[in-house]
Amino acid sequence: MTLEMFFQHFLNALQWGSFYALIALGYTLVYGVLLLINFAHGDIFMVGAYIAFFIASFLLGSYSLQLPFVLDGNTIFVITVIITMVVTSCVGVTIERVAYRPLRKKGAGRLYVVITALMCGLVLENGNLALLGASRKSFPELIEKSIYTIGGITFTNVKILVIVTTILVFILLETIVRKTKLGMAMRAISYDSVAVLLMGIPLDVVIVFTFILGSSMAALAGVLFVTAYPVLEPYMGAMVGWKAFIAAVVGGIGEIRGAFVGGFILGFIEIYVAAVFPSTLRDLIAFAILLLLLSLKPTGIFGIARAQKI
Amino acid sequence: MKRYLSTILYGLLSIIFVAGARFGLINAYEQIVIMFIGINIILCSSLNLINGYMGEFSCGHAGFMAVGAYVTSILNIWFFTSSPVFGGPLFSPGSAIFLFPITLIAGGAAAALAGMLVAIPSVRTRGDYLAIITLAVNYIVKSSIENIQVIGGARGFMGMGKVVDSMTSVINLPWVMIWIFFFTAVCIWILNHFVNSTYGKGVIAVRDDEIAAEIMSVNTNRMKMVAFTLSSGLAGIAGGLFAHVLGYINPGSFTIMKSTEIMVMVYLGGMGSLSGSVLSAVSFTLLMEILRPLQVYKWVLIPLLLIILMLYRPEGIMGNRELTDVFPKLRRYFPSREL
Repeated sequence: MTLEMFFQHFLNALQWGSFYALIALGYTLVYGVLLLINFAHGDIFMVGAYIAFFIASFLLGSYSLQLPFVLDGNTIFVITVIITMVVTSCVGVTIERVAYRPLRKKGAGRLYVVITALMCGLVLENGNLALLGASRKSFPELIEKSIYTIGGITFTNVKILVIVTTILVFILLETIVRKTKLGMAMRAISYDSVAVLLMGIPLDVVIVFTFILGSSMAALAGVLFVTAYPVLEPYMGAMVGWKAFIAAVVGGIGEIRGAFVGGFILGFIEIYVAAVFPSTLRDLIAFAILLLLLSLKPTGIFGIARAQKI
Repeated sequence: MKRYLSTILYGLLSIIFVAGARFGLINAYEQIVIMFIGINIILCSSLNLINGYMGEFSCGHAGFMAVGAYVTSILNIWFFTSSPVFGGPLFSPGSAIFLFPITLIAGGAAAALAGMLVAIPSVRTRGDYLAIITLAVNYIVKSSIENIQVIGGARGFMGMGKVVDSMTSVINLPWVMIWIFFFTAVCIWILNHFVNSTYGKGVIAVRDDEIAAEIMSVNTNRMKMVAFTLSSGLAGIAGGLFAHVLGYINPGSFTIMKSTEIMVMVYLGGMGSLSGSVLSAVSFTLLMEILRPLQVYKWVLIPLLLIILMLYRPEGIMGNRELTDVFPKLRRYFPSREL
């Protein structure tokens, strides 16, 4: 592998890892607050991508109902991102309200909620398949792709957009969780959810806020993903979702830094394995390395082993 | 005599089904449904040992099933048929009739070994981290099979039909169905005795409170190892049977989706209830078949039904009780230990 190739793959891995990182965030945020593995999250990413597809098609005037004015691609992209994030958060919050909250109020075991989450994911996936059919859709090109070459390394503006957005999101979320009152409430709930109620913190509001954050990040990942790889299919979220969850755990689930580092680690492993070995070995080697990492540090990279009380 | 009524009834039921299949009273489709019910009972009750009785969260059961399915199929093809990969038959094809259970158990043993390997990291990690390990193992198993070209890779592996044919050519009976009935009974018997033994109590103690269990001198690491080994071994046997029902397997049959399906059955039946597992495996398989005409909508309807079930009865059909706890009068029909 030449040095040029190395840096080329480096950029690709950064982009690929960005998607994992953005999705892993949703897992980690919800887990940090509720100790719930939200297995529907990968499908929320898929829903986000589809919503973006419909909004972008509408704004481009592909439907009979049209806008009275014509927008240029970049404006459409920004509007699509914003509306998609809002609508997808509504989907995430709806799932929380309809499926998770009643179970939580009943005090059902954690595993039951996990199964419900799995089922919600299946409903989203197959509901999509039933409503829209199995045919793939291709996302319209909103941002004009321009290709730059510096020192033999080629990259597109989309790639830079994805990487920069992910880094900005990371800074934003770290600020929210570390510096704001809501963030403090989120951390407090994960620490002791009973005492939090006694302190007058509105538990449900914080949980809804967490779901809004997580789902909108998944939506953002969805829009960026289809901008970079413009193919939509109902099962696109399943595989990416499971992998992002693994990335979140490797980073240390419940930690925002962990989700980012885990996502990027997974992205790097996958890209470099595919570059060196036959690409069919990608999953095998990637998961073997992740297992090794987990067995060396069972709580994940940033995870803190909590002392168990008797 | 009365105590063995349940056993006798099960024996009679299997004889009726086998005879029905032999004399063409049950058509091929119904036979497959019956056989899948048996396989699902094995899968569901064995996963219940880990997810229900031990309270861990294993979501890679299909991976162990795949190990069993492939090992059994490869052994059978190698031993009893002439194939371009393994050459001529090692034993006479007719001897499959005696050696089939042995290859099945060999497949189970291979899966048990895989389960033991997974249990080693589970000694240090638990809860959600264990979920990840099993998930990753499922991916690794599937991906390794896809990369071994000798056994077909992603194209799949076939020829098990010939093994079944060579068994029926010796004695004309639906052999796969017989072995499914047999191993379902064996599986339930083993699991029932296991959970009521000292080991089983240890496993339940791990679920309730691991630290307290350790203080009460339960060897928790050993409990985890044994439970994982037993559970994955049984899943391997189910996999071997599954391969011979269909006559064809490919890595795509053993994905996370399959694991999810097994998990759904466990939670539907109730965690820590063997009779619940049996009931839910039977009803879930039948439900899947009844809803088949709905095609795509089936996979929307079933998860929705489960979500509703979780909202109104989160503990599943049986909770952690057995049938004999709900109807104590039934107890007199079961031999010695409770089922």
